Amino acid sequence: MGRRAERSGEKGVSGVGLAARLGVRRDGFRLDVEFEVGAGEVVALLGPNGAGKTTALRALAGLVRLDEGWIELDGRRLEERPAEERPVGMVFQDYLLFPHLSVLENVAFGPRSRGRSAGEARKAAAEWLERVGLAGFARARPRELSGGQAQRVALARALVGEPEMLLLDEPLAALDARTRLEVRSGLRRHLADFPGTAVLVTHDPLDAMVLCDRLIVIEDGRIVQEGAPAEVARRPRTDYVARLVGLNLYRGAGHGDRVALDGLELSVAESVEGPVFVSFSPAAVALYRTRPDGSPRNLWRSVVESVEQQGDRVRVRLGGPVRAMADITPAAVAELALGPGTEVWASVKATETHIYPA
Amino acid sequence: MRAPLRRLVALALPLMLALPSCSSSDGGSRTVTVFAAASLTEAFTTLGAEFEDGHPGVKVRFNFGSSATLAQQLVRGAPADVFAAASPATMKTVTDASLAGNPAVFARNRLEIAVPSADPGGVDELRDLADPKVKVALCAEQVPCGAAAAKALDAAGLDVTPVTLEQDVKAALTKVVLGEVDAALVYRTDVIAAGGKVKGIAFPEADQAVNDYPVAALKDAPSSALATEFVTLVLAEQGRTVLTEAGFEVP
Amino acid sequence: MRKRVPWMLALPAAAGFAFLVLPLAGLLVRAPWSTLPARLAEPQVLQALRLSLGTATAATAVCLLLGVPLAWVLARVEFRGRRLVRALITVPLVLPPVVGGVALLLVLGRNGLIGRHLDTWFGLTFPFTTAGVVLAQIFVALPFLVISVEGALRASDPRYEEAAATLGASRWTVFRRVTLPLIAPGVLAGAVLCWARALGEFGATITFAGNFPGRTQTMPLAVYLALETDPDAALVLSLVLLAVSLAVLAALRDRWIP
Repeated sequence: MGRRAERSGEKGVSGVGLAARLGVRRDGFRLDVEFEVGAGEVVALLGPNGAGKTTALRALAGLVRLDEGWIELDGRRLEERPAEERPVGMVFQDYLLFPHLSVLENVAFGPRSRGRSAGEARKAAAEWLERVGLAGFARARPRELSGGQAQRVALARALVGEPEMLLLDEPLAALDARTRLEVRSGLRRHLADFPGTAVLVTHDPLDAMVLCDRLIVIEDGRIVQEGAPAEVARRPRTDYVARLVGLNLYRGAGHGDRVALDGLELSVAESVEGPVFVSFSPAAVALYRTRPDGSPRNLWRSVVESVEQQGDRVRVRLGGPVRAMADITPAAVAELALGPGTEVWASVKATETHIYPA
Repeated sequence: MRAPLRRLVALALPLMLALPSCSSSDGGSRTVTVFAAASLTEAFTTLGAEFEDGHPGVKVRFNFGSSATLAQQLVRGAPADVFAAASPATMKTVTDASLAGNPAVFARNRLEIAVPSADPGGVDELRDLADPKVKVALCAEQVPCGAAAAKALDAAGLDVTPVTLEQDVKAALTKVVLGEVDAALVYRTDVIAAGGKVKGIAFPEADQAVNDYPVAALKDAPSSALATEFVTLVLAEQGRTVLTEAGFEVP
Repeated sequence: MRKRVPWMLALPAAAGFAFLVLPLAGLLVRAPWSTLPARLAEPQVLQALRLSLGTATAATAVCLLLGVPLAWVLARVEFRGRRLVRALITVPLVLPPVVGGVALLLVLGRNGLIGRHLDTWFGLTFPFTTAGVVLAQIFVALPFLVISVEGALRASDPRYEEAAATLGASRWTVFRRVTLPLIAPGVLAGAVLCWARALGEFGATITFAGNFPGRTQTMPLAVYLALETDPDAALVLSLVLLAVSLAVLAALRDRWIP
């Protein structure tokens, strides 16, 4: 029960981490996930809208009752306890800073509610405001803060009570792109320093990559993939993840060094048997107007569906028996005179494909 | 609980002064509007029915309430045909404003002590009302019944502190009927009208404070002919019989 | 650029305003200004005023104590029959006040359902007492407060309460430090409405508590009585009531509209 992250020893952690099975039934939606988080570890719950990630987070916080399952944190069972009795700190998507209290009083709210004297609470709050770099804002009202500042106050407010578990619900979603960059790195540092377990919910893959130690992908109330972010990105197991990381993904039956997909047979670099995933990067796809000589082994006909400029590359979406994405240079687009409806030949080298068991 | 509701209706009437009068002011109108003191409720309702029997097609509309309130309304221009007051003083308000001609005294009412039929306060005579343990309801002095009560208690040399000074005699009676007070000074007619719910106790000092009830047809009555006829009925043998049955004394 | 008011709205608005203000103007015009000082000094006037102000304030205090929790339950707790309860609470609003007074008598009067026991066990009676006045005022004014506060609660974001819970606040602390401050303007507006309604109450008061100077004769009762014999005195009393009410309401003008 409970994996210890290697880092926990460095942080001087005493807890054993989180083990939870969360079963929630609501209006025809069913969440059923089971996972563990080691002390000092940061886990991100990633998934499309409506997948159930926020529900899972709220269940951990005690804001949603479990219909089935349990929550064990550092050896203690929490599922019967109301939210106010759980040693948990939460950062909300809209921060929810109390508008009628000053920034300092907001941060001091937790300790005061838990019984610390007003003076002690304010002192602890002031220390944390200093740590997040907002020492001068103690008397300000939440409405006077920028998005990034409010996010930092919300973090300080959640952490000042020294919770054993930190929950973050889309912590950067409300910020514009530029602020997000700065705040993300700040958040990364704080998460690294946090000795307890941290679970964060996001739909932004970059947040997930940067902030977490381990990624759990949830779709339709179920866990569909779990692992280190790099690993998940390299070997996506669902369309959603593949799209998120920008890979072409297919499922097929492997036989020797060939994989049979729906409508195409690919030669691959390894030998595999049985159900497999095949993925390859859009950059590995080459396009031709006429059937190339020298027949590369993986070749199929396709029709261009759309052509979009993305930075210094152009993403071409291909339809036909095998749907795929190809990234090529603008020059190539011009040379090939590609446009929607153009018929092309697409190929990918066997060595550029990745295969892994399904 | 008719009296307070009627009071509210009486209050609403001045608001309707702004509206033009709906009834035509020729003598052929088919309605007679009678403003009468609350204590005349039962007797006049009977007389009204008898009047309607004798005058087919005519409707008698009553406005029962505190004589003082009714007098004020008439002075402020409320349309009516007949006014029957519970005291000469309240009638004087109306005659002083030249709204009525010669009032005639048609009935007399004397006070009685009304107690709940179970007599929880153990009240036997007027003197008992001065006992601080006894809860007494009196009419406010501005109201005829209250003025009479003050006179009677003066005559008896008693100092009575009531728990409430009611707006009209029916409100005071209701407090007795509900058992909220141990006794009230109301008219004999009210005691009779309340039937078995209330017990009446006569007292000699009541002679000192008998209220004369005057009635008059109003000068600007919309139905002046019918008004006069109604007054005639009240003063005639028919009226006297009904009034006596109700407990009034007739001159 | 100044906003032009469409005349389809301006005309009825002006008419509505005129309808409300003209009777007040009438009061001011017909007041016996020359005899005003002498009349004001009459003990009965001050007595009635003190009683009115005192009972209305006491009634408002009780309404706050009872009404705010009631509004909270209605707004935040889902239970069966909630709609029925909400409808029942608005009954005093549509009930003629006199009927309310009668109902109070039937329950809390000397022979009332509960009143008779209060009398036997504790010697406690409400009719004809100042406490009775306060009770009658509470009965008619409480719905105003409950409706106002419930509206404010429904408009406030319950997620703040969730955030407070995750910070370790007990439900009572959440209510005290988060919910209440956030709905304070609504509570205040409700309290003002409640106070004003209690101050003007007549029918229930005179039926339940009776009429006795200094003890149960509030300003509205005094006005009504005076109207029978001395309309000028009634005008004076009305003016006093008007002036005091306006002063209190104006003093709260910033919070008048939540």
